[in-house]
Amino acid sequence: MYATNYHRASSVEDAVKLASANDEAKYLSGGQTLLPTMKQRLAAPSDLVDLRHVSGLKGISVSGGSIRIGAATTHAEVASSTEIASACPGLAHLAAHIGDPHVRHMGTIGGSIANNDPAADYPAGLMALNATIVTNKRSIGADDFFTGMFDTALEDGELIVAVEIKAPSKSGYAKFPNPASRYAMTGVFVAKHGDGSVRVAVTGAGSGGVFRQSDIEQALASNFSAGALDGITVDDSDLMSDIHASSAYRANLVKVMAKRAVAAAG
Amino acid sequence: MANVSMTVNGRSVSGQCEDRTLLVQFIRENLGLTGTHVGCDTSQCGACVVHVDGKAVKSCTMLAAQADGSEVVTIEGLSSGGELHPVQAAFREHHGLQCGFCTPGMIMSAVDMIKRHDGQLDEKTVRQELEGNICRCTGYHNIVKAVLDAASKMGEGAKVAAE
Repeated sequence: MYATNYHRASSVEDAVKLASANDEAKYLSGGQTLLPTMKQRLAAPSDLVDLRHVSGLKGISVSGGSIRIGAATTHAEVASSTEIASACPGLAHLAAHIGDPHVRHMGTIGGSIANNDPAADYPAGLMALNATIVTNKRSIGADDFFTGMFDTALEDGELIVAVEIKAPSKSGYAKFPNPASRYAMTGVFVAKHGDGSVRVAVTGAGSGGVFRQSDIEQALASNFSAGALDGITVDDSDLMSDIHASSAYRANLVKVMAKRAVAAAG
Repeated sequence: MANVSMTVNGRSVSGQCEDRTLLVQFIRENLGLTGTHVGCDTSQCGACVVHVDGKAVKSCTMLAAQADGSEVVTIEGLSSGGELHPVQAAFREHHGLQCGFCTPGMIMSAVDMIKRHDGQLDEKTVRQELEGNICRCTGYHNIVKAVLDAASKMGEGAKVAAE
């Protein structure tokens, strides 16, 4: 790891101020991706602004079907929240299967979506749930937030404060983890919303990162059951192909994981 | 340079280190507590697991500066009064180690796992929970047996203490 300067932020304003003081500064949330990347010298921020002690970025609140999760809330906290488990069981399941127990104690929802790794779990969940990403400047819909592989709508220095979700009537997530790395080779989140619409988002498979699968959405909107997807053929032209799986294999995984996610959603 | 103060195994410690110093380096090199191991150094193997403020974390994936002000427990802090911690005793009893390199991390993870599940563990859960700890000798079988035995003994101990 190259040398860096550590700063501990005490509030959202303090964090933004500390980060804006240097062009090469980065926010450090759970650090479970950023620190390994820095150790490999693939990232070399001059300054790190630690967000773990900012109380305004923490906590889960659920009221009247509105869910708000602070950006620095850990995966373990989301996974073990009884409120999330009852308001959106698919999201609790997703959080419980990120990385391993130690990673889940540190990694945060804000860090995960700011990084937008093409094989990360949360981007699929938030896109299918039509989440709103609240920053220190504005609110961004999930469809506009995730702009491509490792790319988001965040501007330099913009800080994610919280994620807001309207509790769906049904939600489910299923992933096929790479047998070695355990990252999603394909993960599918399905959500049936209060107005009857269905959103389906796929991670790990798209060559441009997380995306919505409209054929599956349409089939599930008219019949929310795994069997409704029997006749679907997923187009593989924009899917990743690598040593782990060809695009055709991933296309089939999208369908199979979608069916499992629907079954899990009940 | 960072001035770092924390409580490690019940003892207040402080030291100076670079801002980029990892918690595991601080523990091993500044404090001389070499029970915590560096296995892969890429956040995968879990040999470096310690408890920070009561939660199991990978100390190779946390800066010492991040742990400033925290309570840290390492493998050296588990036994008390010359008695092995029940999880340590169970690893010895069930031969839950061969070369021993992964053992400190396995034991710290097991203590955390038993606490989070309130001692209510079955084999499948233990195997899933050990996802972040890699052992290249044992095939995990005796590790799983040791964790299950420790969980049930600690459950009995808690019951006796309550009565």
